[in-house]
Amino acid sequence: MSVLLIAEHNNKELRPFTLNAVTAASQIDGDVHAVVIGQNCDEAAKSLSELPLIKKVIQVDAPHYQNFVAENFAPVIVKLAENYSHVVCSANTFGKNLMPRIAAALDTSQISDIIKVISPDTFLRPIYAGNAFATVKSNDTKKCVTIRPTSFDPCESLGGSAAIEKAEPGEEFGHTKFIKREEIKSDRPELGTARVVISGGRGMQNGDNFKLITSIADKLNAAIGASRAAVDAGYISNDHQVGQTGKVVVPDLYIAVGISGAIQHLAGMKESKVIVAINKDGEAPIFSVADYGLEADLFEALPQFLEELNKLNTIQK
Amino acid sequence: MKILVAVKRVIDYNVQVRVKEDNTGVVTDNVKMSTNPPDDNAIEEAVKIKEAGKATEVIAVSIGEEKSQETVRKALAVGADRGILVKAEGIIEPLAVSKLLQKIVEKEKPDLVFMGKQAIDDDCNQTGQMLSALLNWPQATFASKIEIKDKKLEVTREIDEGLETIEINIPAIVTCDLRLNEPRYASLPNIMKAKKKPIEQLNASDLGVDTSPRIEQIKVEEPPKRKAGIKVSSVAELVQKLKNEAKVI
Repeated sequence: MSVLLIAEHNNKELRPFTLNAVTAASQIDGDVHAVVIGQNCDEAAKSLSELPLIKKVIQVDAPHYQNFVAENFAPVIVKLAENYSHVVCSANTFGKNLMPRIAAALDTSQISDIIKVISPDTFLRPIYAGNAFATVKSNDTKKCVTIRPTSFDPCESLGGSAAIEKAEPGEEFGHTKFIKREEIKSDRPELGTARVVISGGRGMQNGDNFKLITSIADKLNAAIGASRAAVDAGYISNDHQVGQTGKVVVPDLYIAVGISGAIQHLAGMKESKVIVAINKDGEAPIFSVADYGLEADLFEALPQFLEELNKLNTIQK
Repeated sequence: MKILVAVKRVIDYNVQVRVKEDNTGVVTDNVKMSTNPPDDNAIEEAVKIKEAGKATEVIAVSIGEEKSQETVRKALAVGADRGILVKAEGIIEPLAVSKLLQKIVEKEKPDLVFMGKQAIDDDCNQTGQMLSALLNWPQATFASKIEIKDKKLEVTREIDEGLETIEINIPAIVTCDLRLNEPRYASLPNIMKAKKKPIEQLNASDLGVDTSPRIEQIKVEEPPKRKAGIKVSSVAELVQKLKNEAKVI
């Protein structure tokens, strides 16, 4: 039994969540091999070989792998999978796009987004946006598993020296053409991975008032979130939406401002380590999940909050 | 051009999901059910394409128990022309769903298949990608913009790093993100009209697909409960607690 881990990278560096996926893979079985598929991805292969948990690196290099098109990636992984009991990848958009294509070709029922490895065939995964946890056992001979990166710690990144083997590239799919990628350049951390998230709800009253949130986010190096109500009201664009139909976030600190705490919002943030709620309605359901609740008018509380933060001599980034 | 749209009946996103006492699943009796939210976006997009004169027919298909007919009917009420219900009992895993959809695709020969990027019940995010693998068609997942260009589609995809644009040849599969469009509500006259639109009923077993689960659901539990928190009386106290007690700022 051994595990094939699909590395996510940008041809130069490994994407950080690859390290979390390696940790999860190593909990399934100690014999973890990693495949890196790309164009001129020697540097990424080298970084991978330095992860102490990786026993072997397989590098597949060809021009048509430059942009990580799943239709090109899947056949080569399906072929490599012959020698493995498990294929593992992160459940971010890269892995979500790719893994089912591999699983279907292997005639395997994929297990998505696991948060815990119970045994090599049994896993814990959230369903209903985390409103329930299911323990599931795969009865397929080959298992395709995607892991929720924030549920596993990143592995050690230095000290290993795994051999790098080259494998033959597969053919180009031909019906899918990459055009461009626009990475959202923001000084702010990405909502899905930020250590601190501050979100506004309908209580913000309008889009302009989100600047109260922005100034605190700047101070705390936080990502900005929003409830569905705030998005539906047009206060903020829906890429900020936290909840069952938006993003699920698990930051160290989540600050909910003017958010009543509808079920659909709670589903997206209630696994956060520390939750703060600021709301003038003391009966709002958000207080039932908050570690620290402040019953106050947000238009008074937020400027004071910023002032208090400014008084601190250090703030964790 | 013909567009097939797959829609799933799920517990309404506003319902507080409750785990059954015997831990075999979640409570679905007397619970409000609705169309999986991003499937509404999929239907909307297909109907918009038809209204723009670029498609001739929109077919809505659902796989599930008899009551999934309501989900198909709702798709008809917002503009789909006809429906297909593939009746199947119990948990039908995405792999089996994609095999059933493959059979429907072989029969109906659509140019495009649309569906939501993920169902909000099992949160698998697999079916579209699996179907495109089985058909060996291109896939555009997590679509937030679709442009039809002759026999190609230009699709903008929501990815973790931002946006990606790809061009795919038709026939193709598109899985839809909530940002794709604003689904319309069905008007009363259209709800009435939808009652006259045809829904073909099939049984999963008639399609020659083995739908028996490969994954054993051992138990379903409530997630760990959060410890009750405290109320603070001032912003100053809040900041002090966050700094010295929770140590998160």
